[in-house]
Amino acid sequence: MTEQRIKTLLLVEDNAGDVRLTQEAFRTANKSVHLHAASDGVEAISFLRRTGKHANAPRPDLILLDLNLPRMGGHEVLAFIKKDQGLKVIPTVVLSCSDAEADIVKSYQLQANCYLTKPGLLDAFDTVVKGISDFWLTRAELPPQRVTA
Amino acid sequence: MKPIFPTTLLLVEDSPGDVRLTQEAFREANQAVRLHVAWDGAEAMAFLNRQGANINAPRPDLILLDLNLPKMDGRQVLAQIKEDANLKTIPTVILTTSVAEADIDKSYRLQANCYLNKPVELEAFEALVKSINDFWLTRVKLPQQRPVG
Repeated sequence: MTEQRIKTLLLVEDNAGDVRLTQEAFRTANKSVHLHAASDGVEAISFLRRTGKHANAPRPDLILLDLNLPRMGGHEVLAFIKKDQGLKVIPTVVLSCSDAEADIVKSYQLQANCYLTKPGLLDAFDTVVKGISDFWLTRAELPPQRVTA
Repeated sequence: MKPIFPTTLLLVEDSPGDVRLTQEAFREANQAVRLHVAWDGAEAMAFLNRQGANINAPRPDLILLDLNLPKMDGRQVLAQIKEDANLKTIPTVILTTSVAEADIDKSYRLQANCYLNKPVELEAFEALVKSINDFWLTRVKLPQQRPVG
């Protein structure tokens, strides 16, 4: 449960400020995290499929996915991940500003592993990241890493 | 952040000792939890589908599912939940003594929301229940109590 292996996270987030806050919060919460960021849905898919400049991208242990993204929305990215036989096992956590019931239900229908709301306050942001780190990276058993997707 | 309304959990577990420990740990962690128990997979499905004596069964907010169960195995229960358009939005957390990679991979492949290893030591077990309460019942946005199509 307290594995020391470095965990690879993919954060799909278009807001540069939120990316920075998430990076800093993970640095405080968990030293053994490599956080990669994709700034829109298309880049996220490219990272996961290792296409273009992401040819050498690592396979993430966990995906943190915003819903409102340019080019390809978070629900579309989620649907893509969960229909792909190689990618569907990667736990995908929706991290969104929206607490609209329609967004929550749709995310679970598309098999999001869980839905978290992004808080507005800075302290609360650190708390959410710590919650993700404590639960998903410490407590939960994550799928085994494979060489090929 | 504490849930105001009672939260309904369905625990699918065949070991009376583990059921008792889970009940006691939730009583300690969160007074607002209503924990229902199904002792095998067939009973879990009857509860979720409100069959027979379960006609008035509430819809659970969260399911805690053991893998090794009599009558119908936990993997089969998970597959049926996640294939059902109405039930698939209920977060289903695997809670098992197995840490076999094949079980972890298969569970995520069947769209388990999360996989947790059930510890044998009492204190570790209580800590696990507390972390389920702190994360899933406090931090995570669960879908609201209504059938979705």
